[in-house]
Amino acid sequence: MFQGVINGVSAIAIPLLILAIVGHGWYKKVKVYEVFTEGAKEGFNVAIRIIPFLVAILVAIGSFRSSGALDLLTGLLSPLTSWIGMPGEVIPMALMRPLSGSGAIGIVSELINTYGPDSIPARMAAIMEGSTETTFYILAVYFGSVGVKKTRHALPAALLADLAGIIAAVVVTQMVFG
Amino acid sequence: MINTIWIVLMAGGILVAGFQCLGLDYSSAEGLVMNPSFVPLTVLTKGLFDSAKASVNLAMGLIGIMALWLGLMKIAEESGLVKLFARAVRPVMVKLFPDVPPDHPAMGAMVMNIAANMLGLGNAATPLGLKAMQELQKLNKVKDTATNAMATFMALNTSSVTFIPATVIGIRAAANASNPAEIIGPVILATGVSTTVAIIAIKILQKLPKYQMPKVEVEVEGKEV
Repeated sequence: MFQGVINGVSAIAIPLLILAIVGHGWYKKVKVYEVFTEGAKEGFNVAIRIIPFLVAILVAIGSFRSSGALDLLTGLLSPLTSWIGMPGEVIPMALMRPLSGSGAIGIVSELINTYGPDSIPARMAAIMEGSTETTFYILAVYFGSVGVKKTRHALPAALLADLAGIIAAVVVTQMVFG
Repeated sequence: MINTIWIVLMAGGILVAGFQCLGLDYSSAEGLVMNPSFVPLTVLTKGLFDSAKASVNLAMGLIGIMALWLGLMKIAEESGLVKLFARAVRPVMVKLFPDVPPDHPAMGAMVMNIAANMLGLGNAATPLGLKAMQELQKLNKVKDTATNAMATFMALNTSSVTFIPATVIGIRAAANASNPAEIIGPVILATGVSTTVAIIAIKILQKLPKYQMPKVEVEVEGKEV
């Protein structure tokens, strides 16, 4: 039942959203085709812009993984993480996610490449990616942009939220796909 | 911090591989035995090049999906759907940000930023978020210290209120996942948990003496120290 609802939401969300956007645009007499292509041009730039970050992080993680260093670290942390049902392969993702958005994307991609997109580690990392954020980057950029130096309770609250998000991602993945 | 992480991953891997080249064997009957070989380092090198190649394939697969979302987002912007959405969530915003006047431009910018985040469009969200921070700063009396509204906005942002994690769905589609969008439901659940924790944490923490907004005089003393 629970799984059925979750799968249903997943199946309907995108088609419905696209229909709503295009339908509303048409209703408001927006030149949907022209406007769409105008926005879509940006897609190329975004994808190209992330290549340096992807290479940097995928190669670094490749080094860490193919050398066996990750196995060592995972072995050390696994008693702790297996207690909440997190496979060792996902540990780097949980560590990287608050630090670097491109880095986390790199790890998701890496897990997808290594274990296949429908494996538990790849799914769990993808769900973590979707449900948490690059806390340190956002705080630095946003507060930095207006010159705020004393961030008060923003960082502790954000880190608590990250921890909750990561644990929730693990639990939900195990419930839906485990 | 990302620099530290990067060097630990990169150099840590190379050092571990180098160490394994010594081929130390503790389990041997004759005590410590050494079987030197270069295999771990050649495996490492191959791994590095494979990773570099994989990252470009990945980005190529992403172009089409990114273009699709950004195109749709542009339509939603032009048709006023984004603004409509802003009006719909206004009651919630007024509860979350009691210090911000409902018609202040900061509200509009924050709503647009959160809406972009919900659709998983990080690149569209950032400019709107920065605009929101500038507007919030106008309401701030102590310019180098975060207000409650700013901290709440940041907590919402870092906990990621996502409904459509577009990028990650794109990556999964590019990798031929059997159902790339199947993660939407789980993501909504997990993000609901993290956002709830973020809001509770921010509302509790802002009451602690440690995190009080300084009085203007206290602020001056702080600078002298």
